[in-house]
Amino acid sequence: MADTHSVIGTKNKKGQTFTDTWKMMNEAPRTPSFYTGSEVIKEALRRASCDVMIAYPITPQSEAAALIGELFAEGYIGDYFRGESEFAVMSQCAGAAFGGARVFTTTAGPGTMRAMENFPMWSGARLPIQMIVTCRGINSPLSIQPDTLEIAYLLNTGMLVWHAETAQDFFDWILMGYMVSEEPDVHLPLALCCDGFFVTHTKDVVNLTPADMCLPPYDPYRSPVPCMDMECPPVRMMRDPFVMKSNYISYATHASWQQEVWAAVERSRKHTIKWLNGLIETENGDAEVLIVASGTAVSQGREAIRLLEDEGIRCGLVKIKVLRPWPGEELREATKNAKHIIVPEFNVTGWLAKELKASLPRNERVHAGPHVCGGMTMPPEIIVSEIKTLLGMHTVSMASRG
Amino acid sequence: MIQYRVLPGPEHFLPPSAASMGICLPNPGEGHINGVIVPEEKAYEEAAKQFLMAKVPTLFPGPLVLWAWNEKAAKKATAIRHLYNTLKECVQPGQTPMLIPMPDYRPKYPKINPEVEINPNHPNLTIWHNKIDCCMFIGVHCHQANLSLKIIRGGTACYTMAMCAQAGHEDAMLSFRDASVEKIMKLAEWVKKLKGTVQPQLTSAKSRASN
Repeated sequence: MADTHSVIGTKNKKGQTFTDTWKMMNEAPRTPSFYTGSEVIKEALRRASCDVMIAYPITPQSEAAALIGELFAEGYIGDYFRGESEFAVMSQCAGAAFGGARVFTTTAGPGTMRAMENFPMWSGARLPIQMIVTCRGINSPLSIQPDTLEIAYLLNTGMLVWHAETAQDFFDWILMGYMVSEEPDVHLPLALCCDGFFVTHTKDVVNLTPADMCLPPYDPYRSPVPCMDMECPPVRMMRDPFVMKSNYISYATHASWQQEVWAAVERSRKHTIKWLNGLIETENGDAEVLIVASGTAVSQGREAIRLLEDEGIRCGLVKIKVLRPWPGEELREATKNAKHIIVPEFNVTGWLAKELKASLPRNERVHAGPHVCGGMTMPPEIIVSEIKTLLGMHTVSMASRG
Repeated sequence: MIQYRVLPGPEHFLPPSAASMGICLPNPGEGHINGVIVPEEKAYEEAAKQFLMAKVPTLFPGPLVLWAWNEKAAKKATAIRHLYNTLKECVQPGQTPMLIPMPDYRPKYPKINPEVEINPNHPNLTIWHNKIDCCMFIGVHCHQANLSLKIIRGGTACYTMAMCAQAGHEDAMLSFRDASVEKIMKLAEWVKKLKGTVQPQLTSAKSRASN
């Protein structure tokens, strides 16, 4: 049986040293490297002591999935194969996780939607699978371009949902994500999302931890449910579906089961704050105009703030790193003095603005927009324009850009 | 806003999970009582008191300690038996300590035999049948322990405690974390230490907890 702590300082078959994760992420030297987001996923996985990765091609995650195949060939991943479809992949991930493996997969857009049935199942079964979601358009007509609508569908699955802004976030959060989701009081799957292409296919300087250090292995015996080790007696209790019975006890148990999943989401808050240094980040938090965003909309917001400063308009920024658990308390505190809360999003429905309106007092302050979708870029100038319009200032129409 | 506290029930048709009401788990070296974080030493004292006050103090060992699947589990089982024997030695006439296993987690139909086992899907049946007013879960996987603790809180007046090997249980009224053989033995020592100093109470656990 694995004992996570006893292996610290020993080497794996590739000569990497199992390292205390806190030291590895916070104290080990970092090497600046110029990589695409997809390459960064590969580099994080190299250090993740991952047992199983299951792949299926769908843009824009295909490159990352293929690169991880190279890691398997090099001997860094325990097992790697292609599923028959995204639904099959997510089911196979469940099987591997039930068996006590540290599991990783990547998906995007329609693939996420096709596999959706599995995600509440993962949560309900308390499987700490990590899934990268490189968001893209999901609706017909076909689009492979960036669009974050699929995140809205993940928010009520019982998974942890994080939204990375940059490739650096991606590198750090893949490794830290396992530390949070494998805590026995959490033990839930993590959907680590990014905006496809913007993060996956652009190069950025990313500070990498040493390649000869890796995470300690997953210890399935800390799981809050029995792992399926056929050699150990506790496994002899399987999860019979009480839904097959129709009586009050079955319903009440299922209700309590669901509550326990969401209780675990809540418990992840403490661990996530420790690893990510908070669920949100703020800049110019005392400004009367605040941009609140997640993903690459944060980067566009930063640029808009710089443009506004040039015109003497002070604007602040709140970067939401974690969507589940929802940072309601942090957001109420961060926005308490704001008169205008601008929520730029890369999707048509404005799901982030809806979440904010549901949890902030005086929610008439929340301005849902600007929105772009279907692969459109979001020039910082349209955020500037939206803010100036809100403030009653003259602004040049951006329509000619369309 | 009233601060939520984890108290004996019956609380609600479907009570909320304590975590959703803002109750946090203790850090290493701490326990919690009614959702309030306390030094672990305080939790030992309170747990021993609750056992000695109850009419039917009961231990519910789970699958993690019912089988000798590793050396540590076997030692824990011995320690739990010691705690049970200590309870029997320390209670007064009229008090009936019990040791009822949770052997597995499968739902059983039409129903379990509440005299010989407890099941996480309907733990209230065992509580009601044996008139258990104080219990401790040991060696139950955390997910199933939390299901049980919440269902018990919802429908019964039983005072619940957890000796958890991981991070603890906020759905119990009192919880230890990082349970070990030493901690179980230490709890037995506390029961011995308080023997004769605690008056058994015939009132419900609910009124005891609010004292």
